[in-house]
Amino acid sequence: MDTILANIDILRVAPVFNVQLILDGLLIGGVFALAAYGLALVWGVMNVKNLAQGDFVMMGGYITWVMAESGIHPFFGIPVAFIALWGFGWMLYKLVIARVIGRDLFTSLLATFGIAIVIEQVLNILYTSDTQTADAGFESLLLFDGLVTVPQVKLIGFALAALLALGVILFMKNSRTGQAIRATSQDPRAARVMGIDTEKIYAFTFSLNAAICGAAGALVAMIWVIQPFFGITYSIRSFVIVVAAGLGNLPGVIAAGLGMGVVEQFGGFVLGAEFQQAIVVGMLLLVLIIRQTLQARKRQVVQ
Amino acid sequence: MTVVKALAYLIAIAIGIGLPFVFPNYTTQFSVMWVMILLALTWDAQGGQMGYNSLGNIFFFGAGMYISAAVQIGLVYDVGEYTAAHGGGIYDFTSAQYFTGLALGFLTAGVLSAISAAVLGWVLIGLRGPYFAIGTLGVAIAAGELVGAWDWLGAGSGISMPTFPGAPDAAKFGFYYMNFVLAAVLFGFLAWLYSTRFGLAINAIRDDEEKAEGMGLHTKTYKRACWSVSAFFLGISGAIFGNMIGFIEPLEVAFQTINFGIFMVLMVLLGGKGTLLGPVVGAILFHAIKEVTWTHMLGTQWVALGLLIVIIVVFFQQGIIGWLRDKRPEWFGIRVDRREGATS
Amino acid sequence: MRKSVLTALAAGAIAFAGPAIAAECETITLGSAISLTGKYSTNGLHAKNGYEFAISKIKENGGVKMGDTCYNFEVIYYDDESTPARGAQLAERLIAQDGVQYMLGPYSSGLTKAIAPVTEKYQIPMVEAEGASRSLFNKGYKYLFAVLSTSEQYLATTVGLAAEVAEKEGKDPSAVRIAIAVENDPFSLDIRQGVLDDAAKFDMKIVIDDKLPRDLSDMSATLTKVRALKPDVLIVSGHSKGAATAVRQIEEQNVSVPMIAVTHCEAADVTGKFGDAANGILCSTQWAETLTYEDPIFGTAANYEQEFKSAYPEYAEKLVPYQTAQASAAVYVFKDAFERANSLDKDAVRDAISDTDLMTFYGGIRFAPEGNNIAKPMVLRQIQSGKYNVVAPSKFASHALEWPRP
Repeated sequence: MDTILANIDILRVAPVFNVQLILDGLLIGGVFALAAYGLALVWGVMNVKNLAQGDFVMMGGYITWVMAESGIHPFFGIPVAFIALWGFGWMLYKLVIARVIGRDLFTSLLATFGIAIVIEQVLNILYTSDTQTADAGFESLLLFDGLVTVPQVKLIGFALAALLALGVILFMKNSRTGQAIRATSQDPRAARVMGIDTEKIYAFTFSLNAAICGAAGALVAMIWVIQPFFGITYSIRSFVIVVAAGLGNLPGVIAAGLGMGVVEQFGGFVLGAEFQQAIVVGMLLLVLIIRQTLQARKRQVVQ
Repeated sequence: MTVVKALAYLIAIAIGIGLPFVFPNYTTQFSVMWVMILLALTWDAQGGQMGYNSLGNIFFFGAGMYISAAVQIGLVYDVGEYTAAHGGGIYDFTSAQYFTGLALGFLTAGVLSAISAAVLGWVLIGLRGPYFAIGTLGVAIAAGELVGAWDWLGAGSGISMPTFPGAPDAAKFGFYYMNFVLAAVLFGFLAWLYSTRFGLAINAIRDDEEKAEGMGLHTKTYKRACWSVSAFFLGISGAIFGNMIGFIEPLEVAFQTINFGIFMVLMVLLGGKGTLLGPVVGAILFHAIKEVTWTHMLGTQWVALGLLIVIIVVFFQQGIIGWLRDKRPEWFGIRVDRREGATS
Repeated sequence: MRKSVLTALAAGAIAFAGPAIAAECETITLGSAISLTGKYSTNGLHAKNGYEFAISKIKENGGVKMGDTCYNFEVIYYDDESTPARGAQLAERLIAQDGVQYMLGPYSSGLTKAIAPVTEKYQIPMVEAEGASRSLFNKGYKYLFAVLSTSEQYLATTVGLAAEVAEKEGKDPSAVRIAIAVENDPFSLDIRQGVLDDAAKFDMKIVIDDKLPRDLSDMSATLTKVRALKPDVLIVSGHSKGAATAVRQIEEQNVSVPMIAVTHCEAADVTGKFGDAANGILCSTQWAETLTYEDPIFGTAANYEQEFKSAYPEYAEKLVPYQTAQASAAVYVFKDAFERANSLDKDAVRDAISDTDLMTFYGGIRFAPEGNNIAKPMVLRQIQSGKYNVVAPSKFASHALEWPRP
C-alpha cells in the first residue's frame, strides 16, 4: 500500500513521468490497436473469432527478424510481412476458415486455436524459443532534460501504424471492395443478391486481417521482442479491445487499443508490473458488466 | 433396454475399479483420464446442455485447488509461513492431519467453488454468446494473475502440497480412486439430473432462451444453479488434481486457461455436444491421442495436436456420438421410419 | 538374421574405428523430463545438449567402469512442455512405465519442484543441474542432489559489491538503494529473496520491488519507475527472455543506473544481440570457461568449452551457457557414483552420490545433507567491451569492476 502511494506521489511531484507513461502507452497501444482492428474486421464481417491473431503478429515478426539477420533493414520487413501474411491468410482461408463461416461460436474459436498452436510450435521448431529482436539501429530522443526518452524507432513505428490504419480506413470507406466488405458485414444475403461475391469478400477480409497483423508484427520485432509463445498475449488483448469497444465500432477499437496501452503503463507503474495483465482483464469485465446493466435497463423500459 | 444399460454401467464401474490392478504402471495416466472426463462432463453440463459456452470454467478448477491447499495447510500451520518458508523448517503432516485436511479441503473447495459460481452468475450470466465466453475467460485469467501476485498463497513460487503418507503406490492408487469415484458420481448425478424437469429446463434455455422465459421459466435461477453444479465438481476435482501433482502454481497448474481450459471444450466437441456419453468418449479419445503423440512425436507433439484440433473442429463438428446418432439412431432409442419416401 | 547383420556391422565398425571399446559396453538408462517446447525450451535444449555431450565424452573415455564390465549412459527424454503439471506426470511415467531407476533433472526450479516429490516417493536418485531454488532443499528430500549453487546466491554477491563500492566512495552502505524487477516464477522469486536478505544485512533500502509477468515483452513501466527513483543498483531476473528484454529496454530508455545485475546473460546471448548496449552489466554465472577447474574426462573448463563448441557448432558464435556445463557435470556425478558404488542398485547409488567429493571442470561438487552443492561458489562477471570478465568474488576475479556503468 505504501509503495502504491509513493508511486502515485512520484507522478504528482514529477509530472513529467506522466508524459513518459502516456507516450509509452500510446506507442504500444498502437500495435495492439492494429491487431485488434484486424480482429474486429473478421469478426464483424464474417463472424470469425480468430484466436490465432497474435500468432500472425509473431509470424510477421519472425519474417522481419529473419530479414534483419540476413542484413536487410527491418523496415523492409513491414511490406514483406504484409504481403507474405496476405498469402498465408488467403491459404488459411481456403483450407480452413471457409469451412468454419456460418457455424457456431466455438467452431471458429477452436479451429483458430488449433491454428495458433501449430504456428507457435512450428516457429519454436524453426527458430527455438530464444527471444529475438530486429535492431533497426535508431537512437532514442531525449526530451525534458532526458527525463522522457522516446526511442525513435517507436515513434516511426507508431507513425507507420497510424498510416496503415488510416489506409485501411480510407480503403474501407471509399473503394468498391471496401464498400462490398461493409455491405457483406451488414447483410450477407442482401449483398449476394446485389451481385457481391461474398465468398471472395470473405477471403479478401481474412487475408487483409492477416496482412495487418503481419505488418504489426514487423513493428513488434523492431520495437519490442518476439518469441514463438508471445502470440497469445496479443490475441487476448485483441479480444479484450474488440469486446470492450463493441463490434462494428472501428474507430472505437483504435481508441480502446491506445487507451489500454496507457492504462497498462500506469497500472504497471503504480501497482507493480505483476498487476498489468490483471488490470487489462479487469477492465474488460468492468466494460461487460456496465454494458450488461445498461442493456438490462433498456429491456425493462421496453417491457 | 434398461437391463442392457444397467449391465453397461456395471461393466464400466468394474473396469474403473479394475484398471489399476490390470495395468498398475499406467495408473497415473488413467487417473488423469478420469480428470479429463470430469472436465468434459462439467463443461458439457452448461456448455452443451444449457448452451452457455464458457471459456473460463478452469477458474473453478484452480480455485478449488488453492482453496483446498489453504484449508489443508491452514488446519495445521500458518499458511503464510508455510509458503514463505524458503529458509528452512520442515513441515510434516501426520496421517490423521493429512486425511482430515484432505476431506475438509475437498469439501470446502467444492462448496466455495459452487458459491462463487452463483455469485459470478449474478454478474456474468446475463451475457450471451461470445461475450459470455470472453467474459468467463477474463475471470479465469484475472484469477491466475491475482493469485500469482498474492504472497500469502506463495505467489508465483507456488505451493508444495503436503505429501500423501504411506508407500509410494498408496498415493497413486489413492488419487486414482478419488478421481474415479468423483467422475462416476458426477456421471450418475448428471444422468439423473438430465432426466428431471431441470434437464428439460436447461435444454429449453439452450434451444430458445426468450421463449423459455416467456413460458414462465426462471431462466436466471436455472442458469446459476446449473453453473454451480459444474463448479462444485470442478472445485473438488481441482483439489484432487493439486494434491496428485504435489506442486501447485497459479498459471500453469491451477488456472491453466490455454491448456485444460480449452481442452475441456475440445473433448466435448470431439465426443458430441449435448449428449451424456459424448464428453466421456471424447475425453477418453483425446487423452489417448495426447498420450500417444507425447511418446512418439517428441518435440512435435503439439504440432500434431494443433492439426488434430483443426481437423476435429472443422470436419467432425457433431462429434463421435452425434455422428453415431445420425447413422444408428435406433441405438439411442430414436425411432426412425425407414420406409421409402418417409420424411422425418 | 537381423541381429547377425547388426553384429557384423558393429564388428566392422570396431575394425574400422580402431580401439572402440565403447561398443562392447552395456547400457545404464537414465530418465529426464526436459523442456523442448514452451517458454523454457531454449534452456531446456541447452541442458539436453549438456547431458548428451557428457554422455558421449564418457563413452569416448571408456564408459562407466564397474569391475570388469563397462557401461554407457542412455537417456529417455520426454518433453515436459515447460509446465509443472506435465512434469510430475512424466516423472511418474518414466519411473512406472519405463522402469527408469536414476533421473537427471528438468530445467527450472518450478519443474524440479514438481518432479522432486515424485522421485522422492519412489526413492529414485535424481541429480539435477537446473533447479536452484532454495525451497527445494528445505523439504528433507533424500534422493535429490543438485550440482549447482542455490539461487539466493546468484545476485547476492552484487549486494556485497555495491556495499564495497559505497564504502570506497566514502558513503555508508546503508545509503545504497536497490531496485528489484524479477519474473514471477519460483527461481526468480528466490533470487529476489536472496537479494532482500543480503540487503537487510547492510540495511539497504529496496525502492522498487516489481514482479514481472511471465510472458514478459515490455518492462517499460518498471524502467520508468527506475528512472524516477534513481536507485544505485538494479536487479533483473527472468530467464533468457527477461535478460533480453531488460538489456534492450535499459539502453532504449536511457536508464543510467551505476550498477545493473542480470541473470541468464549468456543463455540469452546479450552481447551478440545487443552489442555495446550490454556493456557494464553484471551477470551472475554458475560457471565460467575462464576458471581454473579441471577433471580427467572433460579437461579444463576452457577445454570443455572448446570441445563442446566443436561438437555443437551452433554454439560457435556465442559463449557456452553454464546451463550446459552444469548438465554435463550432473552426468559426471552419476558416472563417479556408479563407479564408487560398484553396483546398479539405486540405493547404493544414492549413497554413493551423497558421498560425492569430486573436482570437475565445472567446479567442486560436494553435497550438503539437504542435497545442494556446497563446494562451488557463484561468480559474477561483468560485460566489459563485449567480453565477459570475472569481477567477483575477489578470489576468482580476473578484472576490476568498472563502476559506474558506462
